[in-house]
Amino acid sequence: MKTETRSEQFHPPSVLGNILRKLHIDIPLFIGLLLISLLSFIILYSAGSQDMDVLMRQAARVGLAFLLMTILAHVNPYQFKRYSALLFGLGLLLLVAVLVLGQFGKGAQRWLDLGVFRFQPSEMIKITTPMMVAWYLAEHALPPKPKQLLVAGILIIIPTLLIAKQPDLGTALLVASSGAGVLFFAGLSWRFMFAIGATLTGLTPILWHFMRPYQRDRVLTFLNPEADPLGRGYHIIQSKIAIGSGGIYGKGWLGSTQSELDFLPESSTDFIFAVFAEEFGLFGCVGLLALYLLIISRCLYIASQVQDTYSRLLAGSLAFTFFVYVFVNIGMVIGVLPVVGVPLPLISYGGTSIVTLLSGFGILMSIHTHKKFLPH
Amino acid sequence: MSRIYTVKNKLVESRLFLHRIIAAFIVILLLSSGLIVRLVYLQIVGHEHYTTLAKDNSIKIEPLVPTRGIIYDRHGKVLADNTQSFSLELIPEQIIDLDDTLLRLQKLLDISDEKIDQFQKQRKRQKRFVSTPLLISMNDEEIAKFAVVRPYFPGVDIQARLVRHYPYTELASHVIGYVGRINEAEMKTLPIAEYRGSSHVGKIGIENSYESELHGKTGYAEIETNVQGRAINAVNSVPPVPGENLYLTLDIDLQKTAYDALDTFNGAVVAIDIKTGGVLVFASRPGFDPNPFVVGISNDAYQALQSSDNQPLFNRALRGLYPPGSTLKPFIALAGLEYNAINAEHKTFCPGYYQLPNVSHRYRDWKRGGHGSVNMTDAITQSCDVYFYSLALTLGIDRMHDFLQDFGFGEKSGIDLSGEKQGLMPSREWKRNRRNQAWYPGETLITGIGQGFLQITPIQLARATATLANKGKVITPFLVKKSASPDSTAPDIATQEDLGFKPENINSIISAMVNVIHDPHGTAKSIGKDINYQIAGKTGTAQVFNIKQDAKYNENDIDFKLRDHALFISFAPADDPKIAVAVIIENGGHGGSVAAPIAGKVIKQFLGTNNEN
Repeated sequence: MKTETRSEQFHPPSVLGNILRKLHIDIPLFIGLLLISLLSFIILYSAGSQDMDVLMRQAARVGLAFLLMTILAHVNPYQFKRYSALLFGLGLLLLVAVLVLGQFGKGAQRWLDLGVFRFQPSEMIKITTPMMVAWYLAEHALPPKPKQLLVAGILIIIPTLLIAKQPDLGTALLVASSGAGVLFFAGLSWRFMFAIGATLTGLTPILWHFMRPYQRDRVLTFLNPEADPLGRGYHIIQSKIAIGSGGIYGKGWLGSTQSELDFLPESSTDFIFAVFAEEFGLFGCVGLLALYLLIISRCLYIASQVQDTYSRLLAGSLAFTFFVYVFVNIGMVIGVLPVVGVPLPLISYGGTSIVTLLSGFGILMSIHTHKKFLPH
Repeated sequence: MSRIYTVKNKLVESRLFLHRIIAAFIVILLLSSGLIVRLVYLQIVGHEHYTTLAKDNSIKIEPLVPTRGIIYDRHGKVLADNTQSFSLELIPEQIIDLDDTLLRLQKLLDISDEKIDQFQKQRKRQKRFVSTPLLISMNDEEIAKFAVVRPYFPGVDIQARLVRHYPYTELASHVIGYVGRINEAEMKTLPIAEYRGSSHVGKIGIENSYESELHGKTGYAEIETNVQGRAINAVNSVPPVPGENLYLTLDIDLQKTAYDALDTFNGAVVAIDIKTGGVLVFASRPGFDPNPFVVGISNDAYQALQSSDNQPLFNRALRGLYPPGSTLKPFIALAGLEYNAINAEHKTFCPGYYQLPNVSHRYRDWKRGGHGSVNMTDAITQSCDVYFYSLALTLGIDRMHDFLQDFGFGEKSGIDLSGEKQGLMPSREWKRNRRNQAWYPGETLITGIGQGFLQITPIQLARATATLANKGKVITPFLVKKSASPDSTAPDIATQEDLGFKPENINSIISAMVNVIHDPHGTAKSIGKDINYQIAGKTGTAQVFNIKQDAKYNENDIDFKLRDHALFISFAPADDPKIAVAVIIENGGHGGSVAAPIAGKVIKQFLGTNNEN
């Protein structure tokens, strides 16, 4: 009798909760993602010259991405593990295909035209690389031995170089850090990490040699944007003006003058954070960062609860990569990192990155909601 | 042992992982704090500095629109240029009550509702604080009216803009084309940076095909502005690069002759300079005045053009599909000679009809009583159908298809205009794939006289004629000279594919075509008088509908729209061809009487009546 009253009392939320649980959806994570997507529409409306068409197109993409996330949340993580190598290999093949086809086209080639839609293999690689590295390392005892580190390093470098050759520096960076994330969570020794860091610093001149002229320009611009205010430094200067003029409280929604007056380029895509900062001020920026940190914390919590090695490495890496996304984008917009072409996750206009990001969260949800079924 | 090790290992691993999660979290917090410190620096410490930069004295980057390239004909006559025009423009963000302002302007200057709608549409597409035109090309009276009341209309001003102008109006409207306002679909495909500040883009014709050359490169000016957004002074600027001027191969005077000669008929005339492949005449009648399209044609006027039976917007020379009729005969005859199916002296008896073995159907000749016994020269001169029925059957459709395709029948000519139609050169394979039917011998017969499934465009016919005149070296027609000089005489095409015909075969075809004009029996003898050189040509009459087996075709009895199309191909001088002309007149009746005189006028104007070279 008593239990019946209780269940009646909490009927609506428990039904919703049950449905979400049946859908293998993690409620805190889901709410965080939903909030940030709604925020994205609000900012896009302002940044995209108040064009409803832009919003509708973005809404369609976000809807599709949420659907894909729900589907992936259903898949048993054992399946991800099982197909890791296969998916990674397929991703590499497609990357090579894009490069080869690109030889016939002009300039940067990132797309594979499948007739119905265009597919960007580098997006798929962002997820399959950590899957592959996690799968490989989980086969051996942790922390990894030097031989395994070498293999894992090669597994990371191959897709990174292929993407850097497209050339898409931003994505290459994200792929490299997703793989490095796995190594970090696998227990790569701190001493080794510092050694790598030192070596990379030493290799900078060599890297410089291999950079494309426009990539070099970006680094130079980053170091001294005022040197070329009309050309290469234009983005960063205008972006800093927009953010700085926002002040503590911001100019209010739709109050951005810099993007509206066409000062701020790419205001809907890579530089959308500048519009946000101008309209919502420091308070808004800290709030947005807090929302991102909440999502990341939940992901790290999920990772800490997992028992099997593959899933925890993958979960940790996905959470870490999401942060790298946020950090690199905001860092470049506020002028502390070079402009590498990474969108603000879940907020910038454009479909591919949202689909990939939410796929990652789908895998995280799958790992979290299936963990009791996994053999210990 | 190993199991204990595994369990122990698991525990070590879990602890390690937990430590790493915590470490990662700390790193993330530290880096985020770094971002916040930087934001505090920008938004609190630097706030005043950046606000000054953003507002009080901000640097505005204004696009400097390049001047569109001018289009000239081969003699340097201007076909499309830019004229100064005054337009009434509004900056919606500077107007307090836009609806009221529009209403008052509408009353003052008698502006149509349609123009208001157009303005509203464009305004919604534009960035804020951009001047948007309401009324383009104002006349003096309108300018005066507004000038008086201008102080009562803040945010409204008269601006001088360059407007595209086409002095020859409908004469070459299809080939030059026109520019129009950039529409929404074009906004998505055009490079945004390059079209910042541009309002128009080439829609059809040369204006469209050579858009990137004509447009030029947009420049920028850094302008210091005050709080109200008014410009104080220009700091720095990158000047725009004007669009390239284009020199066409077209001869506008010759074009006028051809267009005028078409008179009340619907049709097309294409003339090609055989020495280069440059198109001299590309006329399609009726044409239309492209100028209203530049300032925004009214809906009524556009509907009138669209729904007219004569289809003035239709580029007949590029997109009109017609059966070639008897103009195909010289090509079929050449195929016969080249494949050794006949020799020039081979004779066929023409009783006025042709029958396939064991079939009662009679394929008739245009001449009821027949031509008697004819050889190849007679057959071309008098346009004997029976001779070509018989030859077509001997050649077969496969060989005819391959041979005619080489001349470009049923193939795009490759002229530098977009939207060209391909036409159709039928084959056994085509009929099987597209209609799932076998090829019948009767269809081979009528293909031999240029009827049946065969469909070609006037530019294709002109190109094939030029290639024949060029002794089998394939001509690729073009309109824009590659070198930007009106005096350039160098041929623009260096490499021509040679189809490799025997010279004696080509020569006997050409001499038969000369007979068409200069022999007393020729079907176009009227145009061969009072010139001291020879023209080679061939008339054609293409059926629009089929008459019954025993009925008599009487031009006066049937509806005008069902009358035969009149065609004529020609080139001159026959011994050293310089110009090839193809004429197609819809429902014109006989090629010899209607189409040939038009080609004659074009040739005589181009070469003169007394051609010394």
